[in-house]
This record gives sequence, structure tokens and C-alpha cells, in this order.
Amino acid sequence: MNLALLGGLLGLGFVLGVLIAILEVYGPKILRLCASVYTWVFRSIPEILLLLLVWFGPSQFGVQISPFFAAVLALGLRSSAYQAEIFRGALQSIPSGQTLAARALGLSRLGTIRHILLPQALRLSLAGWGNEFAVVLKDTTLAYAIGVVEVMRQARYIASRNFPLTLPAYILVALLFLAATYFGLFVIGKLEERLRIPGLEARR
Amino acid sequence: MLLRVVDLHKRYGREEVLKGVSFFLEKGETKVIIGPSGTGKSTLLRCINRLTEPDRGRIWLEDVEITSPKVNINRIRAQIGFVFQDFNLFTHLTALDNVRLGLMRVKGMGKKEATARALQELARVGLADKAKAYPAELSGGQQQRVSIARALAMDPKLILFDEPTSALDPELIGEVLAVMEDLAKSGMTMLVVTHEMGFARSVADEIIFMEKGVILEQGPPEQIFYSPKHPRTAEFLRRITDLYGGNR
Repeated sequence: MNLALLGGLLGLGFVLGVLIAILEVYGPKILRLCASVYTWVFRSIPEILLLLLVWFGPSQFGVQISPFFAAVLALGLRSSAYQAEIFRGALQSIPSGQTLAARALGLSRLGTIRHILLPQALRLSLAGWGNEFAVVLKDTTLAYAIGVVEVMRQARYIASRNFPLTLPAYILVALLFLAATYFGLFVIGKLEERLRIPGLEARR
Repeated sequence: MLLRVVDLHKRYGREEVLKGVSFFLEKGETKVIIGPSGTGKSTLLRCINRLTEPDRGRIWLEDVEITSPKVNINRIRAQIGFVFQDFNLFTHLTALDNVRLGLMRVKGMGKKEATARALQELARVGLADKAKAYPAELSGGQQQRVSIARALAMDPKLILFDEPTSALDPELIGEVLAVMEDLAKSGMTMLVVTHEMGFARSVADEIIFMEKGVILEQGPPEQIFYSPKHPRTAEFLRRITDLYGGNR
């Protein structure tokens, strides 16, 4: 369940994050402002509060959403704000000569972003993105607060039915997270290695 | 007339960089622009494909007005090669991908055809064996030659060179100039900003001397180098030869 949550929120965060980063760097002034407000808002509200707002908010207006969907939405929106900042930093670190050369060839603004800037920015973002992955992986346990049956909640079930197992259950959860983080960062590290450009940067 | 520039003006803040520049270029001609740093030579080149928007003045490429607001500037740029001082190769792409990107993404050519064409251009600049290399694996001279191949692949009507050898180590300048000389001989139309006076003297059909945003003098190399009409031209050439030595 936690992995499904993680996949959902990272995916949502990625798509929104890339879009917002592009708007923040290349968008017209008004959209740039909107993007900045967006990242400010979603980086300001405590996650647990955001979860509760997204979960209880719609039901006030008669819209019932599942706890799982609410958790993906709340955590995904939050993650998109952080991911947007990672991608923005990467986009801005690309020398302006790359854009000039692309435009001089006759590529449109969008073509330049798509074929020249984004591929470079995503590669530069990997290390920061790995950090975001490690953070949000643990945030999936917060979904527990709105009733998603995730790993923390299951540990609580076990603990409440069989008190002596409390500590072992929690230790088991901790080990699961250790393993998941290790595995995730391993995959990202491999990806970094594969996408390394010969001659361009220092080896890890 | 292939390129016609009329009364071009450009201002950055309070500083007027171009103060009414006019000249033209015939098909197959090579013109070299010389002059002190900061006199608007690079700005002039960038105004020609509107990487920089001119404030006033008009530019025609054959019978199409580049400065018209109705023009599709991307289509114009695809016909004008641009070679930058610091190469600006796409760092995430191999030499081959750098050269075929424009063919595939701007001209919509298929991969197979684009690859063949790109390899042909790489061979033309002497880098057929470096197709798979990334820019960071190439020397400055090799990078600049790839960037020339990138421009050539688009079949441009004209190539603009913005100080193409100024970022290179002295021993690498020759290989780039040799490629440019071959190009000029093959009939390519070229407009070159450079401090390489030897190249200007031996390759240019005409030399344009610019200072402080205006063209002070233009004429064949013999006139500019041996009997300049403007005292500033003579002074500039004297300073350049003092700086770099007489044989350049």
C-alpha cells in the first residue's frame, strides 16, 4: 500500500513539478507568479494538515473521495512543489548558450525546452530527486492519519491485539523502510551512472 | 543580393550599440567584420537572425524581410547558420546527434536520412571518426568544427561566424580556419566577425571595419590593409599587429 501511495504521489509530483518548473523559468510573467505562489503554498502547509484538508475538504461539499486518493493528491501536490524547485534549479543552471544555439537552428521555444533543456535538466535533477524520494517514502506513513491501511496502521493493529509484539512490529516497519530506501536510492544511483555524460562531470 | 541590412539600430539601456549600420552580401561572398571589442559586431550578427531584436532598421534575406513582424522567424533561422564563439554544442548529445538534431526536429527529416547527412558533414570538417563522442570529450577545435558541421547540415543560405576562434588555444585555431577557408572556396556565403587578420586578408572578398556602432570603412582587403582611407582603420590595424605579430 505504501508503495502504491509512493508511486502515485511521486508520479503526480513529477508531472506537476516539471510543468511548474517550466512555467517558473520560461512562462509569461503572470503564470510565473502563479507558479511561485503554488510552490510557496504547498511548501508552507504542514503535510498532516494538508492531508486532513484534502480529505475533509471535498466531503463538506458532498464529494466523497477515497482516503487513498486523498493521500495521493495531498502528498503529490506537496511533492510537486518541492520537485518543481529541484527542476527549476536544474533548468536555471543550464548555460544560456544552449538555448541560443537551439533557437539559432530554428527550434521553437517549446522544441528547445523539450529537446535541449528538459533532457539536461532532468539528468541534473537526479541527485536532488533521490533526496525527495527518500523524504516522501517516509511521508506515506502519514496517510495513516486519514485511515489508509498502510504499513504503520497494520503495525498498530498487531500492537493493539498482541501487546508483546509492539516493539518487534515497529522494528519490522523500520527495517522495511530501510530496505525500501536502500533499494530506491540504489536504482537512482544506477540511473545516474547510466545517464552520465562521458567527460562532462566527475565520477561518483 | 542574398542579404541586405539597412540602417540597423540597437540600444541596450542608455548605450546605443548599433547606430545605423547598412551593408549587403552577395551570394557566395565572404565578408569579414573587424574592429575593436565592444563596437557592436556580435550584436550586429545576432540581429541578423533576430537572436537579438533590433530596435530599428530592416533586413532582407533574398526577397524575404526578416525584420517583418509577420515572418516565421524559426523558418528564417533554419536557413541561416550561426557559429558561436564558445561553440554552444548541446552537451548531452553526441557529435552526431548535435549535427542531426536540426535535420530531424526542425526540417522533419527521417532518422536514416538525417544520420547519413550528418555523417557526411562531420566528414567534411574532418571528424567522421568522432561521431559518437560527446562534446566534453573533444578539444575546443574539434567542438568548433562540429558546430560548423551542425550549421552546414541545415543547408543554410548564409553562415554567420561570431569570433569562431577567440575561445581556442592558439594551436587549435588553424584547424578551424582551414575548414572555414574551404567553405569560402566552395562558394558558401559567409559573414565572419574575427580578429584573425591573416584569415581576413587571404579569404575575405571584402572587409568591413566597425567602430562604436558604425561602419567606418569597407573595401577589399588590399585597400583596408595597405591603403586604409580612414585614420581609425589604420590605427586599429597597427594596434592589432603590435598585439598579435605581423604575420597574422
